[in-house]
Amino acid sequence: MDGFIISTLASLVANAAPIVYAAIGETMTEKSGVTNLSLDGTILLTAMTAFAIAHNTGSLALGFLCAALIGAAVAFIVAFASIDLEQEQVAVGFVLTILAADLSSFLGNPYVNQPGPYLGQQPIPLLEDIPVLGPIFFQQNAAIYASYAVVFLAWWWMSKTQPGLKMRGVGERPASAFARGVNVHAIRYAYTMVGGALVGIAGATYSLVVKLGWSHNHTAGNGWIALAIVIFGGWDPWKVAGGAYLFGMLKALGSVLQRNPAFVNVPTQIFSTAPFALMILFLALTSSGLTDRFLNLFSPTTRRRLERLIRGRAPAALGQPFHRE
Amino acid sequence: MNVTPEDKSPEASRLSALLWAIAPVVAALLFTMLILLAVGAPPVRAIATILQGAVESPQKWADVATAWVPLALVGAGMSLTFAAGLWNIGAEGQIILGAIFATWVARNVALPQAPLLALIILAGLLGGALWGLLTGALKVYARVHEIFAGLGMNFIATALVIWLIFNPWKPASGATMSGTEPFPEAAWVPRLGQTRLPPLAVALAVVAVVTAYLLLKGTRFGLALRAIGKNHRAAYLQGIPTRRHTLTAFVLCGAMAGLAGALQATAVYHRLIPRISGGFGYTGMLVVLLAGYRPEWVPAVAIFFAAIGVGSPRLELNMQLDASLGGVFEGAVVLFVLLGAGLRKRLARERG
Repeated sequence: MDGFIISTLASLVANAAPIVYAAIGETMTEKSGVTNLSLDGTILLTAMTAFAIAHNTGSLALGFLCAALIGAAVAFIVAFASIDLEQEQVAVGFVLTILAADLSSFLGNPYVNQPGPYLGQQPIPLLEDIPVLGPIFFQQNAAIYASYAVVFLAWWWMSKTQPGLKMRGVGERPASAFARGVNVHAIRYAYTMVGGALVGIAGATYSLVVKLGWSHNHTAGNGWIALAIVIFGGWDPWKVAGGAYLFGMLKALGSVLQRNPAFVNVPTQIFSTAPFALMILFLALTSSGLTDRFLNLFSPTTRRRLERLIRGRAPAALGQPFHRE
Repeated sequence: MNVTPEDKSPEASRLSALLWAIAPVVAALLFTMLILLAVGAPPVRAIATILQGAVESPQKWADVATAWVPLALVGAGMSLTFAAGLWNIGAEGQIILGAIFATWVARNVALPQAPLLALIILAGLLGGALWGLLTGALKVYARVHEIFAGLGMNFIATALVIWLIFNPWKPASGATMSGTEPFPEAAWVPRLGQTRLPPLAVALAVVAVVTAYLLLKGTRFGLALRAIGKNHRAAYLQGIPTRRHTLTAFVLCGAMAGLAGALQATAVYHRLIPRISGGFGYTGMLVVLLAGYRPEWVPAVAIFFAAIGVGSPRLELNMQLDASLGGVFEGAVVLFVLLGAGLRKRLARERG
């Protein structure tokens, strides 16, 4: 395959990594019954935090760690407000989106356009020599490799382990989980914060790996995309990851087309916003009545298979407070 | 003995209500001061600078009133969508479309000032209403949650305004992020004396707030919207046309947001700029949240937000601090108000 295509695909895989982290984190949070709407702001705040910490201490690991902690802390506010204070999750999440974004602008101001440390290439010996796949997947770095693992781990945890089963029970039927002796509130707190930590890692992956450094609204829009991808992927880690790569592909396509002389008159902003709009359009298409009509053209078995492929069901108790009576 | 709120004297319960209202603002102020301390800036001076920047001269009062207009318009519109339980996060795009429609009229229609301004206002209402209708249609017919439908429409509106400024509407001197060429003067909303205050814009925003209030409090439509917001399914089963009302709420909110956009273009900037929406779609949502979704509270809350918006750029001039501190304070106030309301309810539940 031609070197240009391979390097484009490699950058696609890298660019999708933060979206994978954020969307998988949110999937776990939502599977337990809580919506953390604050992703767009949290990613900004944690991207800024990671860069500022790494810039001041020289330690990338500390940057990632602090970003994860801040992500978990924002998620804790969502959990506390919705679980213990029974405030509307969407309202709290929206306010935190705006607050975290403004905080990132204010606190990050001294770091705008500063040079700083970043995570360079860490090819994996042997694997990197596989033709085509090697240069695409295995000439990246630890943060990108871990994003592959996170998808697998989330799937395995949620569908193959006892605690994962409990977590899904809490998101589907909290009352019966409670009756079986499950501490619904503790589990929701835990997964909201684990999800938030992953969102924080998404932020750090932006500023330290794929979109280096810091500027005002450095990552704006990507958190909303991650939230949309959770729905698009039907709360299934594999499909959610697929959605993240699809979005990465749209972005890569945009930057390839942008360099094509035929599109020289089209402003760059069109190419940078189009993937966001298209992603939402995909979401609209897969959930619309139009798709129902299309699916009706197939035999019932094929129809069911296709439906399972493109649609997922939200956790039944998503967004609902649970009272222990 | 168990003391429930009813057992207390009226003065005591009024006092406790007052404390519950003030505490979140104090908490937000302390939070903002901590942030200032974290960056090594003098907290009291920074907050005084914002206040001073908002009120120091009649010109600043005029600026606050001007900044109040889009917030009041978006807030009034969103009190309608929120009544039906809808998160119209797409207001940002609706503002942009209103501005685009108004710009088209300002650039292409040659009329005396009064009829031209009337046409511009109608165009703004129409542009926003259209974008609101599309968002509502995505919600009602394509079953996309309105938050994502609205965000998608925002992204498209942003791309559209930039394309227009860089292609068909680019100035003769070349396209830049500073926008189109200024409109002909007939399309400028007149200003009061030497200030930057457009009285017509303020009057239109007042009309919008009153309209939203009357619709919600005095009409069957408003009653039906609130029924939908409380329990969508029950409203549907009672024979309320939920789809039509949902679409109508989006159209009305879109129209008010679109008017805000048209006024930003013709009364404030006198041109179309890429950031014409100025984030008012999102700030407007904070306004409505803080107003407890009630249109009668929107004007007061919007003044508070407008004053912070006008005062905070002063931080950059006087103290080399980023103006986003104003947004931090606004966000913190709304967050602590939500947390305070939850805490109060919880304490009442535990006592009762």
